[in-house]
Amino acid sequence: MLIRKHGTHDIRSSEITPESVFVNRRTFLERSTRIGLAAAFAPGVLAACDRSANTANAASSVPVPGEPSQDVDWSRMRSELGEELNSYEAVTTYNNFYEFGTGKEDPARNAHTLEPRPWSIAVEGEVAKPAVYDLEDFLSPVRLEDRVYRLRCVEAWSMVIPWRGFALADLIRRVEPTGNARFVEFTTLNDPEQMPGQRRNVLPWPYVEGLRMDEANHPLTMLVTGVYGRELPNQNGAPLRLIVPWKYGFKGVKSIVKIRFVRDMPATTWAIVAPDEYGFYANVNPEVDHPRWSQATERRIGEFRRRETLPFNGYGNQVASMYAGMDPRTLY
Amino acid sequence: MALSRKQRVVAKTVVWIAALTPAALLAWDFWRGNLSVNPIEDITNRTGWWTLTLLSVTLAITPVRRLTGRHDIVRFRRLIGLFAFFYGTLHLLTYIVLDRYFAFGTLLEDIAERPFITVGFATWLILLSLALTSTRGWIRRLGKKWRRLHRGVYVAAVLGTIHFYWGVKADTREPLWFMGIVAVLLLARLPAVRRMAGSVRARRRSAGERVSAGRRSEPLTP
Repeated sequence: MLIRKHGTHDIRSSEITPESVFVNRRTFLERSTRIGLAAAFAPGVLAACDRSANTANAASSVPVPGEPSQDVDWSRMRSELGEELNSYEAVTTYNNFYEFGTGKEDPARNAHTLEPRPWSIAVEGEVAKPAVYDLEDFLSPVRLEDRVYRLRCVEAWSMVIPWRGFALADLIRRVEPTGNARFVEFTTLNDPEQMPGQRRNVLPWPYVEGLRMDEANHPLTMLVTGVYGRELPNQNGAPLRLIVPWKYGFKGVKSIVKIRFVRDMPATTWAIVAPDEYGFYANVNPEVDHPRWSQATERRIGEFRRRETLPFNGYGNQVASMYAGMDPRTLY
Repeated sequence: MALSRKQRVVAKTVVWIAALTPAALLAWDFWRGNLSVNPIEDITNRTGWWTLTLLSVTLAITPVRRLTGRHDIVRFRRLIGLFAFFYGTLHLLTYIVLDRYFAFGTLLEDIAERPFITVGFATWLILLSLALTSTRGWIRRLGKKWRRLHRGVYVAAVLGTIHFYWGVKADTREPLWFMGIVAVLLLARLPAVRRMAGSVRARRRSAGERVSAGRRSEPLTP
């Protein structure tokens, strides 16, 4: 699954943006907001300013908005099962991110109010080294890699997406959890100013998700900072989100501000809202239907005929052993 | 104040155009690529939404008629009801053809096992029976039974809003709106509410007579 690794020296230019550039980006964004383009162009604007750091010529190097980075031939990239990628447009315009509205296209329209820089992440609970990190410090020791994963939404649609990020296990090693840490809890930003969807109580805010320690340490589990070689667009959960490819998409908590190591199973948002419909484990399982619809098949975005859903979303040979002996009904 | 023949033709044309516009806009958006990257979901949602909207309009005609005294609008009720059935059928066909592609095994399982789909399908069956018996011939043939059968539209409206409510994940605003509208339209049919509305109309009519007397225009006919 490791499609491509980046040396640490690659990271500095494309992923870690100097402060002066954020400031430029802000003013650029403010200007474009005024002419009403920020929502659609935010990813492109980011890229433009990253490049302007090198060329010091922002105006002439504005790329086509909302497109993948050019350093990788994405069109030839496939999943380990040979599946083609969903387009950058599909990945960035069709999102469930209720903090920006409950329609699929709402986040792409509304998420321009989120400010992913500066950003801090609190690591707390049962760890030897609790700390509040600045995003740049949080990311500076990690090796970013591109990985192609299937994303299976609990609503029975799916995509194939090239994420950029790093194994959550790397972070866990750094912060040294104590023997009491049995679960990890992740919390999304709670700020109705930046996240207008939080002004209504569609869900109890902030959004909380969690993993068992072995799941969190599994090499497939990823903290994601980018997609298609670009920084994550806001609607995809900038600047940091979770991806657990063998679980339903709602486990992939977005715009994370807090990572907490705890003894007891965390109360997670959807399991609080509808405990009979969404469980803590939420492993993709074609045999266990959602009470209101079948999970046996899914629509891959861009395809007409439905596909069979794979147990553990196709990652069973790597993850099924973690659940040996557990009642499969509790694992949906 | 009955409409002239010409006015009736114009009004019917307007209703046809208004009722077909949502379908035309949907086709346009599909053609132009304005729908999301999951167009089948959009088509399902929009046809369902218009089914409930036109059902609500159909249910609104009788209360509006009583309230305003414009009895001639009843002649559009059947047409609008048939358009509700039209969008309901598009909605069902989207599910059968585009979403499931004739996988009848899973379709029957869905209808049997998932209350959300059972209720939606029942709504469509009721609308189908009303549409089939909406002709003059069937009205004559069924006589008194026809009125009883066509009270099924109340059941269809309630079931349709439940179907919508059970279909959404967390954002229940829109289904609750529809439930509220349908509830008001059904309550408006209760005898007590009708008496209240009747007294409002009587007051308005007497006020209208004073105005028209002042203007020396023709007296209003009831």
